[in-house]
Amino acid sequence: MNAHRLRRWLNRLGLYLSVGFLVSPALLFFLWMASLALKNELDNTAYPPVFIPSEPTLANFVDVFEKNDFLTYTINSVIVSFTATGLALLLGVPAGYGIAKSKATKAAALILIARVTPGLSYLIPLFLLFQWLGLIGTLTPLIITHLVITVPIVVWVMIGFFEGLPGELEEAALVDGATIWQAFLHVAMPLARPGITVAMILSFIFSWNNFIFGVVLAGRSTRTLPVAVYNVLTFEQISWGPLAAAALIVTAPVLLLTLLMQKEIVAGLTAGGVKGG
Amino acid sequence: MSTTTLSRPRSGNAPSGKAYARRYWIFAMPAAAVVLLVILFPWIFTLYMSVHDWKVTGATPFVGFDNYARMLADERFLWSIVRTLWFTAASVIAPLLLGVWAAVCFAENFKLRGIARTVFILPMMATPVAISLVWTMMFHPQLGVLNYILTLVGLPPSTWVYDANTVIPTLVMVETWQWTPLVMLIVLGGIASLPQDPYEAAILDGASNWQMFRHITLPLVWPFIMVATVIRLIDALKTFDTIYVITLGGPGSASETLNIMLYQTAFAYYDLGYGSAIVVVFFLLILAISMLLLRVRQREDLR
Repeated sequence: MNAHRLRRWLNRLGLYLSVGFLVSPALLFFLWMASLALKNELDNTAYPPVFIPSEPTLANFVDVFEKNDFLTYTINSVIVSFTATGLALLLGVPAGYGIAKSKATKAAALILIARVTPGLSYLIPLFLLFQWLGLIGTLTPLIITHLVITVPIVVWVMIGFFEGLPGELEEAALVDGATIWQAFLHVAMPLARPGITVAMILSFIFSWNNFIFGVVLAGRSTRTLPVAVYNVLTFEQISWGPLAAAALIVTAPVLLLTLLMQKEIVAGLTAGGVKGG
Repeated sequence: MSTTTLSRPRSGNAPSGKAYARRYWIFAMPAAAVVLLVILFPWIFTLYMSVHDWKVTGATPFVGFDNYARMLADERFLWSIVRTLWFTAASVIAPLLLGVWAAVCFAENFKLRGIARTVFILPMMATPVAISLVWTMMFHPQLGVLNYILTLVGLPPSTWVYDANTVIPTLVMVETWQWTPLVMLIVLGGIASLPQDPYEAAILDGASNWQMFRHITLPLVWPFIMVATVIRLIDALKTFDTIYVITLGGPGSASETLNIMLYQTAFAYYDLGYGSAIVVVFFLLILAISMLLLRVRQREDLR
């Protein structure tokens, strides 16, 4: 019996050591990121490195907003990600329903093409198209290209979700004389609300994170946050505090969303293996 | 993406018949129109441009397959393929091994599991540009925290992304850090769906943890591992943000993968015709490798 308990204890120890080993790179990375952003320049250029700020300061964040037009870029990012997500829900939720109901698995496979194609390959023709239309320098090209990311995510998550719903309630509604549109709107949609939440969060995050479309299509005043933060790197050699602060500003909304909605996010990612770009 | 959705058994309770199913097509129409516009149009136009000598300004004469022929003689292009394949192979294998290990751990019940899992998936959710900037600072040869840690444990400092020999392994490390969580999530989904009886029987027979993993878990979650492999493969081939921000393909062209080379061709030199031809080959490469893997999987299913 003792040997058995020893073995159990060793298993437990191995498990905790493994988890510690696997989680620490992520944990230490984000702690170091916060540390860089909260330290003054003296601490940041010290060697050996200072881990806990001697005098924590928010000066780096103030600096980022003063020297760059980060407020504009934040507004740009919000407009682009919210619009692209909203449009994707408007298009993608009914599409997911239609594909799930008509069992068009081939149509679902077509969506995979969007997942397989490198984002960069859409950009050459779309760049020319937007140039001809005179749209370069506005937010419209960014919103349109972000649909390449958001629509497939929403459709994919919603197909899985609607397939998992029992069909009886809608059929009862149809028998009672509802149109298929009414059955969708008043029966299926309310049931699918958790799925819509998952689709919305994922599509927002991957649109927010997108860099490649902005780097090609955004002008000086239409940069999204990831592009803006990259420009901080290239034009302001090299002040670590503000740089880390800028990086933290960009990614903080996503990190917070992940921490708050981790259950939904894990469910969505597990089902779909979705990723943007 | 997962094939689980595609192969889910069809529920038999819905009114059947093709006409009935077809009525629902109307729901997919608007999305189909947008997809056609934003995804199909670029594809057709890319094919068209790839057989023309297309710079941003000036005439765009038809040149047949010249752009494709040019690739065969373009050493920069050929080297970028070699680098892409080496980067991809490493960026698939490392996250797979670590991801399966992590999934086995997170399938157990332990204190703080929820928060540990959330922290573990943060790297794949965080904005790639932001994390790339922080990695860049950590790689700094004199002031970087990574070299400090190496000297703490008695190892010599590394040149990280500042040397042609270490740049790709370093980028693979970033990619592994970032995408192991996705492998973990997919495989964890697989483990969660496993029946418990084989494990109970194995415990009664006195099987060790490793034996249970090797002979029960691994064969049963193998389809999920294959799905994760294909997804990882596609993503690794397409890696752009991290390489662009951390090295821009450098030093020299030591980390210039196909995607970076494509960006330079199209949007630094504005050689859109040649860029389009590269896109076509790039896409075929991705498709071919994914197909190959799926084929391997099917063959294993037959055994």
